[in-house]
Amino acid sequence: MDTDHTPQAAGTVTPPTADALPAAAPRIDCRDINVFYGPTQAIHNVSLSFPDRAVTALIGPSGCGKSTFLRCLNRMNDTIESCRVDGQILMDGQNINDHSIDAVLLRSRVGMVFQKPNPFPKSIFDNIAYGPRIHGLASSREDLDAIVEKSLRRAGLWEEVKDRLQAPGTSLSGGQQQRLCIARAIAVRPEVILMDEPCSALDPVATARIEELIDELRKRYCIVIVTHSMQQAARVSQRTAFFHLGNLIEMGETEQIFTNPREKRTEDYITGRFG
Amino acid sequence: MTDPAPSTFSSPEAIKRLKRRRAADVRFRYYGMGAIVLALGALVMLALSIGSQAVSAATYHVARYDVTLDRAVIAPPGEDTPEEISRNVDGFWSLVRNNLLETFPEADLDRASRTEASEFITRLAVLPAARKVAAEPQLIGNEMTVSAPLNDDLDLYLKGQAFPERRVRVGSLSSASQQEAGLARLEGQGAFTPILSAITSLEADGADLSEGSVLLTAGSSTGRLSDLQPDAASLELLTGTLDDFRSGNATARIIALPEAQRVVSDQQIAWTLALKEMGRISREPRWSLLTNSDSTYPELAGGLAALVGSLFTMLVTALVAIPIGILAAVYLEEFAPKNRLTDFIEVNINNLAAVPSIVFGLLGAAVYLNFLGMPRSAPLVGGLVLALMTFPVVIIASRAALKAVPPSVRSGALAIGASQMQTVFHHVVPLAAPGIFTGAILGMARALGETAPLLLIGMVAFVGDVPKGPTDESTVMPVLIFTWSNNAERAWEPMTSAMIVILLAVLLLMNGLVVFLRRKYERRW
Ligand SMILES: Nc1ncnc2c1ncn2[C@@H]1O[C@H](COP(=O)(O)OP(=O)(O)O)[C@@H](O)[C@H]1O
Ligand SMILES: [Mg+2]
Repeated sequence: MDTDHTPQAAGTVTPPTADALPAAAPRIDCRDINVFYGPTQAIHNVSLSFPDRAVTALIGPSGCGKSTFLRCLNRMNDTIESCRVDGQILMDGQNINDHSIDAVLLRSRVGMVFQKPNPFPKSIFDNIAYGPRIHGLASSREDLDAIVEKSLRRAGLWEEVKDRLQAPGTSLSGGQQQRLCIARAIAVRPEVILMDEPCSALDPVATARIEELIDELRKRYCIVIVTHSMQQAARVSQRTAFFHLGNLIEMGETEQIFTNPREKRTEDYITGRFG
Repeated sequence: MTDPAPSTFSSPEAIKRLKRRRAADVRFRYYGMGAIVLALGALVMLALSIGSQAVSAATYHVARYDVTLDRAVIAPPGEDTPEEISRNVDGFWSLVRNNLLETFPEADLDRASRTEASEFITRLAVLPAARKVAAEPQLIGNEMTVSAPLNDDLDLYLKGQAFPERRVRVGSLSSASQQEAGLARLEGQGAFTPILSAITSLEADGADLSEGSVLLTAGSSTGRLSDLQPDAASLELLTGTLDDFRSGNATARIIALPEAQRVVSDQQIAWTLALKEMGRISREPRWSLLTNSDSTYPELAGGLAALVGSLFTMLVTALVAIPIGILAAVYLEEFAPKNRLTDFIEVNINNLAAVPSIVFGLLGAAVYLNFLGMPRSAPLVGGLVLALMTFPVVIIASRAALKAVPPSVRSGALAIGASQMQTVFHHVVPLAAPGIFTGAILGMARALGETAPLLLIGMVAFVGDVPKGPTDESTVMPVLIFTWSNNAERAWEPMTSAMIVILLAVLLLMNGLVVFLRRKYERRW
């Protein structure tokens, strides 16, 4: 069984947008995204792409639409009744907003980790095994055991829980629960992992642990992380996008954004003048 | 800090404010405790009043009659199939009555006393004996002891609940001699002083004894006293022999209520006491309350038919209301778009839950009986009517339970690629299950106690047979309670209470099930 994800060469590489993308082919390429909650627009004309095997951080003041934008990438906005998404989001050259794309399948390729750890009220084992089971990824019990072990290992949780796989997932500490959720996402073999402020409910030690993990996972996945902590963005990401009031203000190498922002608003935000 | 600002903690105003706040705290606590005491008091009073009544119905008096199973009487030629024997109430009853007449020869003297003796046992009370003989024909011709419950009025008398009666011991009698016209003369130094003083004290309490009776019992003999003097009195022997009185140890029973106003005569009391003295009457647990069906005679009546009727009705209600309720709740809560139409539906479901139950009865009568032509008085119809009433409750409780499931569980499942259906049925519904079960069972409990709508579809009809299916004529427990409580005879009162206790026990059982299910499911995480 092959759990390594060789990224398929994107068929239709689009020319870099105004923000000048690096030469590497993007894993996800968003063009002119507009998102509406009923009559109010939450995202205005955002074009943004995410390279493979790299961490992209979305930063910006609270309420600027980071989560909304992140949810476009696995179509979780579909579950919000009033929400409408316009624009193209290309993955392997296919627009995932297209009606022919099944959101359920998409979500197995684009995993998501939430702000608050939300393990299922089941055992640790079942938490991980649930995804592979419903997607039919394991043909036997041994397969399933292997997937569970591998996922937990990749999430750096194996050593801590290998003796109590049948304990409820909710009995773990907050940081462990969040890593369990990451393992749960990994178990269905995604190519992209979305993280919405994954450390905001954790203490500094657990946060450091997750950040290490993200750095590790970067070698295999395309990771998009929303964070309200600029230090975190600086620590874990290679690229950073700054949002403000639903607009993408600036996008670039993390180092450049933090040391030499082109936009005044970015600089104000980074230096703590608002937000 | 150099100045710890003690003023904010110790200034007079602050202390006054604090005091007022504490007083308000304490007051509130007392109000709460008062409310709880009131509620508990009401509960205890209810339990005591129903319980004390019900306890007296939990036992009854059974009399035994040793009879010879005469083939000519119980299985005459041409009527000797087991089927016919089991229905030969008249034959068995005459055996029993003749046994009674043999025991008390004075009962056989005239028509009036034969009638009085006949009232001892209800005709239908011999049915179990008849069925037993029908099942074992080899018994015919042999001796058999027939046990039959005593007439309900005598039963109440023996339990001391029929009317007030004062019992006193009389002193030792020196002589008892037969006089003219069935009267005897009893004498004894000061023997009747206790009776006279009891009468005086009763009259002082406002009792009118001018038409009452004073019965004197010694051994298995009883007579009526008249012409009372401290040392002597006249005795009209009702049953037994004068000899019993000579041996002393007699007890007098002073009954103020005139015989004409009582349902049991002095003569019947005398016979009852005699049978008891002979050891032929015993107080036994009234299992018949659970094993017999309804009857016009309280000593034979039981709740089995109603219990089974309730069971069938609840079965229909559960099969209809619970699946519909749960599915509707899951659809509305998890799948339905939120728009005007679903809002409208939601409001109307809430309204439906508030509709008085009798309206559902009218609806059931109109739709099920008149329009669809379903059978009257059937648990099927009753169950459908109660289902109409129950499913809004199930929907509301289930929706509340589904709403209480944190949205993070849903997004967690959706985010790893579970379909909405998988999300709902693998994650949300199991988490909501305890709440859903609770709602369903509480809805069922409410339906179980419902009377009004069932009256309207004819489930109030007298039903003597246990229903065999949901389309048989039937009644249910609360309706039976309603019917019994409307009956005139005194003995129905404790019977009604006993039935209430049984209904409450079933309800308690259901609530216990709720608690059990909650515990069981909550342990899963
Ligand atoms: N489910 C929703 N319904 C309506 N408006 C929403 C919803 N979620 C977010 N919004 C609005 O969209 C805007 C962006 O929100 P969000 O993406 O959560 O911001 P961020 O994650 O950057 O703090 C906010 O103004 C917020 O009020
Ligand atoms: Mg957010």
